[in-house]
Amino acid sequence: MSYLKVRDLHTHFGDVRAVDGVSFDLARGEILGLVGESGCGKSTLSRTLMQLQPSTAGSMVLDGTDFVSLSPDELRRRRLDFQMIFQDPYASLNPRHTVFSTLAEAVCTRRPELSGDTLTQEVAALMQRCGMNPAAMRKYPHEFSGGQRQRIAIARALAPQPKLLIADEPVSALDVSIQSQILNLLQDLVDDLELTMIFISHDLSVVSYLSDRIAVMKSGKFVEVGEADQVFNRPEHAYTKELLTAVPSIDTDAIALRLAS
Amino acid sequence: MPDPISANQVAIESGTSLGKDAWLRLKKNKFAVLGLFFFIFVTLLCFITPLIPGLLADPDSTDLPNRGLPPGEGGFLMGSDSLGRDLFSRIIYGGRVSLGVGFLATLVSLTIGTVYGSVSAYVGGRTDSIMMRIVDILYALPFMIIVIILTTFFGNELWLLFLAIGAVEWLTMSRIVRGQVLSLKKQEFVEAARSLGLSHANIIFRHILPNTVGPVIVYTTLTVPAVMLLESVLSFLGLGVQPPAASWGSLIKEGADHMRTSPWLLAFPSLFFSLSIFSLNAVGDGLRDALDVRASKD
Repeated sequence: MSYLKVRDLHTHFGDVRAVDGVSFDLARGEILGLVGESGCGKSTLSRTLMQLQPSTAGSMVLDGTDFVSLSPDELRRRRLDFQMIFQDPYASLNPRHTVFSTLAEAVCTRRPELSGDTLTQEVAALMQRCGMNPAAMRKYPHEFSGGQRQRIAIARALAPQPKLLIADEPVSALDVSIQSQILNLLQDLVDDLELTMIFISHDLSVVSYLSDRIAVMKSGKFVEVGEADQVFNRPEHAYTKELLTAVPSIDTDAIALRLAS
Repeated sequence: MPDPISANQVAIESGTSLGKDAWLRLKKNKFAVLGLFFFIFVTLLCFITPLIPGLLADPDSTDLPNRGLPPGEGGFLMGSDSLGRDLFSRIIYGGRVSLGVGFLATLVSLTIGTVYGSVSAYVGGRTDSIMMRIVDILYALPFMIIVIILTTFFGNELWLLFLAIGAVEWLTMSRIVRGQVLSLKKQEFVEAARSLGLSHANIIFRHILPNTVGPVIVYTTLTVPAVMLLESVLSFLGLGVQPPAASWGSLIKEGADHMRTSPWLLAFPSLFFSLSIFSLNAVGDGLRDALDVRASKD
């Protein structure tokens, strides 16, 4: 029994078919990597899955509940089950809220009964879990670096105890040196908390690092879905091959040769 | 799994909020700080001194033998007017009206404009179009004619003045807030708030409006002098405050009538009025620089 079942999902903006008939299944605990070039509909798909953008047609069944047919009130309660990590950690945190108030608000969506010391402890635990020092909880977003802000954003996504995490290019706005730290953090969290994740990126090497399965998207459609190894090493669709050859790689032999001479 | 920690075990570092940051930057702007202190001084002078008994002469009591005295003579600090009333006292009482109109009408326009503009932008779509067309229509109505019609129908009441000025000034405020909210509601932190299932009121009041505070504060400090100017124009035309009550505008008009014989009647009210407006504009300018986060951060 698959955890998330998406069937023939469409999201159109007038004549633009940003998501044009996407179907896939996701098992519990699985990480699905979603790749494609800019403008292929990755972000629209994630926003549609998050119900931030209404779908034009199709169904999306999470754990037996069809989200498309839910009333707004029910949807608001159920949407805590899936949370999103956004691309730009500079835009995804409210600049007027401290880390504490950002996280406390998110924690209280699931557990409104928490307050005072217990709430502070919960926020501190969340920060530690995401590799941050709880002593910084009264600081504001502009006092943190990009990588740390993304950790706060991840902590906020985890606060309502979600089951499905959608990460929309969570590392593309970060320095390369920080990227692997954040990727490792995500990997650990998925393992520890038994999360299901959809990981979106335009970078195939980043996606293959994390994902169990990979879906390749082009012009609003999935052109290839398969095991990560298989898609990465033996791509079937011409577009996937094209994407793979487009990944810039460093010829280490050539560098070694140049250093030696 | 790390040990559960409690809040009092770690030394929690305090952060610098954007507001505190802006204040620190404003403090470096000497001109703005001077303006702020001057304006606070004038406001306190106008609102506190009349409360102390015996300090000020009755602004309405006439003293015909001592009319038209220049400043310093006959115990009149700033001279007396054509009916022998104490000019200083009249300026202080007039300041209460001018500043009061300025604050209240600005508060009215701030409240209506912020709520109207943010709702219009947040709901969007057809509602937004209709609400903004209403603003356009109100904009197109000639302000002076409306005030003249209102005063001929309802008489010269002070509250009408608030109403008329407030009704005009909120239009610009609502446009400013709408523009801000339109760009803010597409921001990722608002989408994150929506993902958390927060209510619309919560999103508007906790996440969107606090972030419009910069431009709104700046515009508010610039609205107060604009409103005071409007009030003085109306009083000058005889549509505002009615004698014997005074406002700075009506005092300037009286002064202009006796400019040749008693120039101080024009000079002192004008000085108070223009210095107050000048200082408020300095504060507004300073705030605009101080609140422009992007100019100094990153």
